[in-house]
Amino acid sequence: MAYITAKELSVGYAGTAVAEHLHFEVNQGDYLCIVGENGAGKSTLMKTLLHLIEPLAGDLEYGDGMQRDSIGYLPQLTLVQRDFPASVWEVVLSGNLARCGHRPFYGKQEKHNAKEQMEKLGIWELRGTCYRNLSGGQQQRVLLARALCAATRLLLLDEPVSGLDPRVTAELYQMIQELNHGGITILMVSHDIQAALRYASHILHLGKARQFFGTKDAYLSSDAWRMFAGTGGVLHE
Amino acid sequence: MSDLVEKLQFYLEYPFVRYALIVGTLIALCSSLLGVTLVLKRYSFIGDGLSHVAFGAMAVASVCNLTNDTLIVMPVTLIAAVLLLRSGQSTRINGDAALAMLSVGSLAMGYLILNLFSTSANLSGDVCSTLFGSTSILTLTKTVVYLCIALSILVITVFVLFYNRIFAVTFDENFTRAIGVKADRYNLLIALVIAVIIVLGMNLVGSLLLSALVIFPALSAMRLLNHFKGVVLCSAVLSVCCALAGMLVSILFSTPVGSTIVAADMLVFFVCSIIGRIRR
Repeated sequence: MAYITAKELSVGYAGTAVAEHLHFEVNQGDYLCIVGENGAGKSTLMKTLLHLIEPLAGDLEYGDGMQRDSIGYLPQLTLVQRDFPASVWEVVLSGNLARCGHRPFYGKQEKHNAKEQMEKLGIWELRGTCYRNLSGGQQQRVLLARALCAATRLLLLDEPVSGLDPRVTAELYQMIQELNHGGITILMVSHDIQAALRYASHILHLGKARQFFGTKDAYLSSDAWRMFAGTGGVLHE
Repeated sequence: MSDLVEKLQFYLEYPFVRYALIVGTLIALCSSLLGVTLVLKRYSFIGDGLSHVAFGAMAVASVCNLTNDTLIVMPVTLIAAVLLLRSGQSTRINGDAALAMLSVGSLAMGYLILNLFSTSANLSGDVCSTLFGSTSILTLTKTVVYLCIALSILVITVFVLFYNRIFAVTFDENFTRAIGVKADRYNLLIALVIAVIIVLGMNLVGSLLLSALVIFPALSAMRLLNHFKGVVLCSAVLSVCCALAGMLVSILFSTPVGSTIVAADMLVFFVCSIIGRIRR
């Protein structure tokens, strides 16, 4: 059974649908990119998948042992975090909170998990550094490590490369791809259509006029892609 | 110098001075713990609004001639804390405007009620001490002292037990909610603890100056340190030192307690800002 199955799903705020009639499926090992114009409902869909808001209509099923809290989430940076005094270690450790249950403090297991994820992403040396003093790419790695602490099977990434320079962007994509090859399912909201086409296995295209869900190859021959490419999403390859 | 020491020893003979020092230290400690979260969550305004509500409640309590006005002030402030948190989240009425209405409204109503119904001979003195806490710290009864100690222990215990959750909710509310932790519950907890702290702090610095007690130590500590635990501990230490220094100075030179403590907090803040800038 699929990790996530959406049928006739409508998402939106306060009764007003932003995106309607969505059908898609996420299976283990997939790399799904959610693309579309601004206002097409990408972020709203993501919040619905995380249960931050409830779906307006339709079915959203989690299967194969997926719980709502076995999803790791990489949010966009918020204003609050820009001058937040917290060390890298404190931030990553906070990803383990759900594992604590009713215990007030982190135990050995949580600390070990945090260390493991930090070593995997090469930020263990930065553990004492203040989060706000890191570069954009390093900050994203820290948040990625935190997300991995929370969940090891599915990651949801919200515009992970926005505001990063090209070299760091490429590194981050590389890292995400490695995680995907290591067996972690990736769901990514992105403006970066070229990267989506390079790395993703599946594409979900949201739009007022056309919607598409399928493999990358099917997408390239679809109407949705032709429209998108015709209206500004230029492919240089 | 020896004059001052003698004078201090003379004052410390009195139990009410000792009570004031104990209670003042505890209040300073409690207020600084949550101060960091308040500043970082952009909740500083809630502290300010709540202290005005507490003033209104205090006015009602003093008109009713209650021996222990905390009995009225505490529940009213707790309810206001819950309401303010709700209004901050709803987009219908602007959270800012709702808060301004509530805080100015209760300030005005409090003064009005005091003026109309008060039996006290020294009305402006009463109002002044509620607003600026000039003498009330020295007139604490034993019951109030015990109540303050109990509530301070409660606040500190709650903070220590929920430290990790408070950090997570402060740093990234959406993420915390996404991993299945009930973030709203902890927001509510934070608001309630703030309400308790404000009712306690009214005795020390009065309702108008209360925000200073919450915010200054946190901001000072944030200038110096770079990790959350350090900032919390540092702001607690700074706050306690400032409160003690302020109280001692006010006893020795008979200045108003509240303003002296706030002056000490401001001084420390400027020193910390300068140190922070030099190190950067």
